[in-house]
Amino acid sequence: MDTMRVIFYKNIRRYGMIIALIGIMLFFQILTAGTLLTPLNITNIIMQNSYIIVLAIGMMLIIITGNIDLSVGSVAAFVGALSAIMMISYDLPVLVSVFMCLFLGAVIGAWQGFWVAYVNIPSFIVTLAGMLLFRGLTLVVLDGQTISSYPAGFKSISTGFIPDITPDNPLNVLTLIAGAACSLIYVMYEWKGRKDQIKYGVQTSTFPLFLAKLVLMAAVILTLTYILASYAGIPFILIILFALIIGYTFIMNNTITGRHIYTVGGNEPAARLSGVKTKKMTFWVFVNMGILAALCGLVFSARLNAATPTAGNLFELDAIAAAFIGGASMKGGVGTVFGAVIGALVMGVLNNGMSLMGIGTDWQQAIKGLVLLAAVAFDIISKNKGS
Amino acid sequence: MKNTENILEMKGITKSFPGVKALEDVNITVQKGEIHALVGENGAGKSTLMKVLSGVHPYGTYNGDIYFNKKPGEFKNINDSENVGIVIIHQELALIPELSVAENIFLGNEQASKGIISWNKTITYTKDLLQKVGLDIPPLEKIKNIGVGRQQLVEIAKAISKEVKLLILDEPTAALNEEDSENLLNLLLEFKNQGITCILISHKLKEVLKVSDSLTVLRDGRTVETLSLKGEAITENQIIKAMVGRDLTNIFPDRTTDIGGRTFEIRNWNVYHPQQSERKVLDNINLHVNEGEIVGIAGLMGAGRTELAMSLFGKSYGKKISGELYLNGKPITVQNVSDAIEHKVAYVSESRKEYGLILIDSVRHNLTLSNLKQVSKNNIIKDYLEIKAAEDLKKQMNIKASSIDQPVVHLSGGNQQKVVLGKWLFTHPEVLILDEPTRGIDVGAKFEIYKIINELAEKGKSIIMISSELPELLGVCDRIYALSNGRVTGEVAKEKADQEVLMEYMTAAYGR
Repeated sequence: MDTMRVIFYKNIRRYGMIIALIGIMLFFQILTAGTLLTPLNITNIIMQNSYIIVLAIGMMLIIITGNIDLSVGSVAAFVGALSAIMMISYDLPVLVSVFMCLFLGAVIGAWQGFWVAYVNIPSFIVTLAGMLLFRGLTLVVLDGQTISSYPAGFKSISTGFIPDITPDNPLNVLTLIAGAACSLIYVMYEWKGRKDQIKYGVQTSTFPLFLAKLVLMAAVILTLTYILASYAGIPFILIILFALIIGYTFIMNNTITGRHIYTVGGNEPAARLSGVKTKKMTFWVFVNMGILAALCGLVFSARLNAATPTAGNLFELDAIAAAFIGGASMKGGVGTVFGAVIGALVMGVLNNGMSLMGIGTDWQQAIKGLVLLAAVAFDIISKNKGS
Repeated sequence: MKNTENILEMKGITKSFPGVKALEDVNITVQKGEIHALVGENGAGKSTLMKVLSGVHPYGTYNGDIYFNKKPGEFKNINDSENVGIVIIHQELALIPELSVAENIFLGNEQASKGIISWNKTITYTKDLLQKVGLDIPPLEKIKNIGVGRQQLVEIAKAISKEVKLLILDEPTAALNEEDSENLLNLLLEFKNQGITCILISHKLKEVLKVSDSLTVLRDGRTVETLSLKGEAITENQIIKAMVGRDLTNIFPDRTTDIGGRTFEIRNWNVYHPQQSERKVLDNINLHVNEGEIVGIAGLMGAGRTELAMSLFGKSYGKKISGELYLNGKPITVQNVSDAIEHKVAYVSESRKEYGLILIDSVRHNLTLSNLKQVSKNNIIKDYLEIKAAEDLKKQMNIKASSIDQPVVHLSGGNQQKVVLGKWLFTHPEVLILDEPTRGIDVGAKFEIYKIINELAEKGKSIIMISSELPELLGVCDRIYALSNGRVTGEVAKEKADQEVLMEYMTAAYGR
């Protein structure tokens, strides 16, 4: 009986936030009389939350190493401002500007990473300083003004969709094809993984359970793409997000680099004595965060079609909240990229659902605060019961 | 003779921890106004006994009776024992570095009325107390600014402020130089004249013989004997024999030794303290180990054993490190841990929880951490390789875990230690430095660890083993170096080594 209880708590911890996300979605679906899950609104949710998801992925890595980054909102604003100056004031080509902005993000990340990793200043202090520094620099380069109207090519990062090859069909066919291809690749990947496991005599889950998981995941992919296809198709930004999620999940789960990042947060001295270059790891995780913050700044500016001095305000808190809702621990060492994405979506759906219901931003903030507290409390209580 | 009334009687004290019996039927009687020494090896149960007495292990968690001043003592916490006048000063001082001497002395006993501290009272009383212990420092000086010898005296002043009747000092001179030790011992003698009873726990038998009136020897959690030192001529050797005399057969597995050529050598190794840059922690260390040989390093706490190991292992400890390392006759440079691993040197650290394991991570991830290259291709970890490697190590080391995916935090100490050892074996080392490899694990697990160590030596690996337990070193090692105060003070071959000889070297050149 006791083991059953432990298994129950362990699984509810692993899938708890996904279940909560589905619950929240159903809740608002009912309260908004079906508006939440319309194709238009789902597309909206993805586009509205894309930049927070980008930040949450980077933030998750930072928190896994046992650090925090308060500067990401300011860095995003600063990079956004510079992108406007490059593309609007100086008419530089879009690709060149984007590349330079991402590089700039890396440099900013390296600056903060240097102080954290090599001078041993707590990341809270370094990035608090960075938050002020880069917000100030944003105001300086923008001179307090808003610069607007990016070139169309740049705007499409956040507002464009993949082309519609059959304009007569109400559904976006290319989207459907992509969806089918994705679910097929997914099934094949899982199938091969299972075959490998059996080949090397590793314990596997029972076949019916495995099949159920495959069917469920494929159904989710197909349903999502069908919904998107019935509006305008797959947004470009979703492709970027998809690549980031897959890429970072792979790095964290399947590479030496990822394993080392986890150990830095899990037990830094032990990691160091095991041959992990802990300082180097911390440094590069901050560089990575800088790049993602820059990407966030670009995506946000493209969506707004303007660079403003207040861009990215409080983004850092949304990203940190997403990471903690998604299962990160203050002590470091645990958390998944996928969890951060789920955390960001929980916040995003709450925002969107409450907006649809006409709840003011005042109450929205208050409720989001309670949800953050509830999510982490739930995690900690179930952890105590599970062990 | 003065009256011989007993102030303290502890009768039939038995205290068990999960899997270990720390104390078994221990009896100790202390007379009023005497200095009573408590001696024994590391792990003999001295500290546990004092924790029972002071209420750290509350009444009810042990068996046996305590009588203090003829009254039964049923202490549920430290406050209970302090209220009757029993004060313990631990080896690790319990002072707060950022607070002043006065604040520390009256911590938890603030001189206040209605919750408001009277600084005049505090400072006046502090001055009195400091005078009593012979300290001439301003009451408002911060603890961090005074040396460890004076800190010890502040602790004693704190104890007197509580109207102490029985003062317990746990290794009070371990960190002190000769002069400070002398002062402290004289102070104890002065207290004796004022009627304060002392229990003195110490490894330094010279000191014990100098100041104590009687002495109780503990070994393996039992009382061996109680000796009166008044008028009777008792030598250090007699005490050492009582402390260590135990049968060594059956505890250590047999091994066929086949010692080859010199593999790893350290020459002129000097290391300075990481914070106090002028303090030399290791002074001109020279030692070597041969193929298939197990070399022990003996030393008291603070002798620099762990510091030596960590400084060798990729400069993980200390500053201004100088000296040469040779591997198979060739000089090598080891700037960081990766270099050390590259040169096939492994270090199994002293504290597995702090420095050995990622506790929240699984057995599998911990086992492969130091050599992920072997289970990956192009930086990508191959699950099937890692799982196979982990399963093999689990079987080889006989790690008892429900699966390789179980978090190591849930394993027993012995199994955790096997995971750490397994992790380092997976780096295929030629030289293994084992720092307290059996600390805090039960006898059965110890035997298994010894067996693994023996097998490694039989395979021709060179092993350096650091241990606080002399019988362990004598049972396992071929040759033993003794370290004292950062210097090698002796080198003894197995045939010539016994505990008396080692103890002599380990306490040699104390205080410099």
